[in-house]
Amino acid sequence: MRIFDPHIHMTSRTTDDYRAMYEAGVRALVEPSFWLGQPRTSPASFFDYFDALLGWEPFRASQYGIAHHCTLALNPKEANDPRCTPVLDALPRYLEKDGVVAVGEIGYDSMTPAEDHALAAQLQLAADHQLPALVHTPHRDKLAGLHRTIDVVRESNLPPEFVLLDHLNETTVEAAADSGCWAGFSIYPDTKMDEDRMVAILQNHGTEKMIVNSAADWGRSDPLKTRKVADAMLKAGFTEDDVDQVLWRNPVAFYGQSGRLQLDVAAPDPLHEGNSILRGGE
Amino acid sequence: MLKSREELDAELGGAARAWLDEALAEAAHDAEAAHDAPRPGASPYASPPWELRYAAAGRRCGPEHADSVRSLLLVAARATLPSVTRLYEQGTAAERRAVLLTLHRLDLGPTALPLVEDALRANDTRLVAAAVGPYAADHLDPHAWRHAVLKCLFTEVPVAAIARLGERARGDAELARMLGDFAAERTAAGRTVPEDLRTVLGHARRTPTGPTTPGAAPGGVARTAPAGADAHRATPTPAPAAPAPTEES
Ligand SMILES: [Zn+2]
Repeated sequence: MRIFDPHIHMTSRTTDDYRAMYEAGVRALVEPSFWLGQPRTSPASFFDYFDALLGWEPFRASQYGIAHHCTLALNPKEANDPRCTPVLDALPRYLEKDGVVAVGEIGYDSMTPAEDHALAAQLQLAADHQLPALVHTPHRDKLAGLHRTIDVVRESNLPPEFVLLDHLNETTVEAAADSGCWAGFSIYPDTKMDEDRMVAILQNHGTEKMIVNSAADWGRSDPLKTRKVADAMLKAGFTEDDVDQVLWRNPVAFYGQSGRLQLDVAAPDPLHEGNSILRGGE
Repeated sequence: MLKSREELDAELGGAARAWLDEALAEAAHDAEAAHDAPRPGASPYASPPWELRYAAAGRRCGPEHADSVRSLLLVAARATLPSVTRLYEQGTAAERRAVLLTLHRLDLGPTALPLVEDALRANDTRLVAAAVGPYAADHLDPHAWRHAVLKCLFTEVPVAAIARLGERARGDAELARMLGDFAAERTAAGRTVPEDLRTVLGHARRTPTGPTTPGAAPGGVARTAPAGADAHRATPTPAPAAPAPTEES
């Protein structure tokens, strides 16, 4: 079984997680830039973070046989902080980098005018750089937030098939699917969304344009949720091919629109002696 | 290995070749202009167009040619210290690598050493390997150069990546001592002594003018290390199972 986790914050995870993910079948992932828990006070600390998502973290992932890509953006929360908004001016340079497969996470947190501006500006940046966009839907006032998000996407220059609406659930899946965007579901160990509810959604809405992620980060979360959804799908009667579509082909098709996915990473050392990535001496 | 323009022209498809022509022309044009003068009214984050092409080189010409194309761009732009520093500091690991691989082809003297020193502090072995090329051989002082050699051994970067290794290591008694101490430490920890260590030690034990003097190792090498190294050659311990060869941080 091959798994692509399209939304996971590896910066917050340990090497044990990388190992366990590889063993569970994860061969590729996308790490969106996001809020670090502690507010940042200047653009420079964003740049160091972006640089890590383009430098150190892909190297770390490659040692465990996992292809690492990222999405970069000013996140919705910090879009409200005037100390951070100059990040928007530096994004054009970052969005040209090879490892960047989308603009994200963008979207709404509290639905403020500053968030309106950052969302619209960054959808335009995605269009300018021919990149898809990963759009977070708010945790509070979710359905209203989703409708407002879809309106802003419609007004943008980005076609809906270039947009992944994330953190959906039973109450928002319908509107998201009708919008023509891709539908993302974050599976958490608590009540937000679990693997059995995910399977029920797939039974009701099909497997097309459906994307499942662990969204694991520094909070209570589980980097193996993608595999657990795959197992729950098989148990519920879905075929191996259905599982491959949801957990590999769909995210590859979505982020592949960037033209920048590189999925050929050598297996890690214990499995594959003489791995050239570890040696680094080409 | 970095490829020449002619080699690339032979290997690239039409669209990639056309892109490369334009990119090199832009870089050359920038070399004519006084491109390090601040542009009035420009955003502090704005970059000259060829520097954006530098980022996209792998997508346009294929990842296997990215180093070569980026290197050609730097040479065509006659990249200055501010420019290489910006490209390095703002670059992905692959973009940083290409800067490091090209430093000796630019007219920078020793001024770009801070970039090499930065890369040698990294744990990303791709950067460490690129940092020990001809530019480091030309400009690193003896202390920093010895630490670079040791870093390669620690992080399992093949010493074949170190430019002019034999020439710089030859007769370096201090390097021989450091290698001996490293071997002793590995032996004490029950770990294998890397084969590459013996290679470098062989160079360091040569007299500055002549071949290896058997049994007359300079410095303190003879103390414990060669014995430990030889003992471990007879009974090799298995390679560590962990896939991460990076140094402890
Ligand atoms: Zn997230």
